[in-house]
Amino acid sequence: MNYLKSRHTLGLFVLLILLIVTFLLSLCFGAISISLHDIYDAVYKILTAPDQLSLVQRIFIDIRLPRAIACVVVGASLAGSGVLMQALFRNPIVEPGLIGTSSGAAFGASLYFVLGASLKFTASEWTLPIAACIGGVISTSLVFLLAKNKVHGKSSVTSLLLTGIAINAIFLSAVGFFSYLARDPQARSITFWNLGTLSGASWHSVAIMFISTTLCFLAARRYTKQLNALMMGEEEAFFIGVDIRKLKLIIMVINVILVAVATAFVGVISFVGLVVPHLLRLSFGSDNRFLLLASALLGGVLLTLADLVARLALAPAELPIGIVTALVGVPAFIVMLRKSNYYF
Amino acid sequence: MISVENITVSIGSKPLLENVSVEFEPGKLNLIIGPNGAGKSTLIKVISKQLVPKTGTVCFGKSDLQSISHSNLSVIRAVLSQNIDLAFPLTVREVVMMGRYPHFTEKPGKKDEDAIEHAMKFFDAWEMADRNYMSLSGGEKQRVHFARVLAQIWFPVPDNYRYLILDEPLTFLDVYYQYQFMNKIRELLQREDLVMVGVVHDLNLAARFADQIVLLHQGKVVVAGEKEKVLTIENIKQVYQLEPKIHTSENIMHLLF
Repeated sequence: MNYLKSRHTLGLFVLLILLIVTFLLSLCFGAISISLHDIYDAVYKILTAPDQLSLVQRIFIDIRLPRAIACVVVGASLAGSGVLMQALFRNPIVEPGLIGTSSGAAFGASLYFVLGASLKFTASEWTLPIAACIGGVISTSLVFLLAKNKVHGKSSVTSLLLTGIAINAIFLSAVGFFSYLARDPQARSITFWNLGTLSGASWHSVAIMFISTTLCFLAARRYTKQLNALMMGEEEAFFIGVDIRKLKLIIMVINVILVAVATAFVGVISFVGLVVPHLLRLSFGSDNRFLLLASALLGGVLLTLADLVARLALAPAELPIGIVTALVGVPAFIVMLRKSNYYF
Repeated sequence: MISVENITVSIGSKPLLENVSVEFEPGKLNLIIGPNGAGKSTLIKVISKQLVPKTGTVCFGKSDLQSISHSNLSVIRAVLSQNIDLAFPLTVREVVMMGRYPHFTEKPGKKDEDAIEHAMKFFDAWEMADRNYMSLSGGEKQRVHFARVLAQIWFPVPDNYRYLILDEPLTFLDVYYQYQFMNKIRELLQREDLVMVGVVHDLNLAARFADQIVLLHQGKVVVAGEKEKVLTIENIKQVYQLEPKIHTSENIMHLLF
């Protein structure tokens, strides 16, 4: 056993404890407080006599619990996808939104808000997420198609990044155009959605996010070793047996699913994907096998805390969570960067 | 051994290699020399399967290189290039362990730990095992990569040769490290199943350390064979357009320009 490995194990253990603590905190606090006893009682009753739940316990089961789980799952998806993107692009400033996924999802969502209002079509619970998801997939595929080099049919990292920036700009200006067109309630929905909120979390959405995120992580785990090799560059990775084209494709697909599904249900939440992997790199190094799992845990912790702040800061009103993640995450990140001797 | 037969590679209409045929034998240090643009890197790229030649074949032992799968190849063949850098901080141990990636799926086994320890000790990198790769000097970094590629092919492969390809690995190193590494490389030749092919720029390094030399010029083999046969005043004058003086003292050739 070497020194770093035991440190990694300890790190994972501490993060897991933190996650459990923040999860319980987020169950207890909110517009109304719920005691641990109520929680215990509610869980007991749901298993034995579901019709005898008190109002507080109903709030816990129908609102608080799915929301808390959604926080963990979304935080994990965004942070995990940050790890994957940074590794794939061999660049520490990359975040999940960079290849167009979240701006495309925002576009799909705002299209739904505006069209839904003017066409008055009947929308179900699923229309918004599906619109966002389709938007995310379209924009990412666009980035891919446009970034492909005409000569050798491969897309270089630089061209992917630049095309991503361009596509992001187009889709975000389209979102701006929609909010300009939209009348007041829709415009507000667009703005709120673009800053992210977990208030809409239901058991259905949680179930879908949980399943897709878990599958994505299980798939991604198999490629963390290859992503490590990629840190030395594509040539060196090739020499130790990595099939670069296949790796790129698989990681991109996993990333689109992670980001599009999370964004579809909770809106655009920035900085989590960028900051979380870095916080971990600072003290644990960059072994992706560790980073992927640890980022999922830390992402869950931080997003749960951010959601708590969003709920409590202006209670009973709610702040968009994206504002909280930016306000808290960025200064903390800058302080850590300046304190540490971090090599780029 | 590696046999290269009638290789032709061209980009557009410009030929980079034309009808190149050479053989690299195990247990000997085979070095490729030639002026800039002679096709040295192209030949190395063909041998390391980064480039598929338009015509001709490359054989590793008895099997055609194109028929060996990525994963099978990475178990028997390691490549060291120049000036590799990392995108993120990792410890030296983690970097060297990458050389073992082709050998395990989930977690490194006892054999992998052994391989990296021996390889690091061989290249004097063992003391740096827990240091951050990014804080190392250029010479130290290259030592780590030497250890990594050696770890990749540390154990003999049953019924097969092992191949070590060195693509100008000494370019950014000072004289001290250049000689130190070449001496270590020669030490490795005691393993009789190891086929070693390298590119160097410095003719004096080639003169001192090579067994067999291939002299390339404008995509063609000018001459290949024992170094005394290749490094002659006429050959060097023809290729480099400079007339050297050749001194031999204590059995070591020195070229003066």
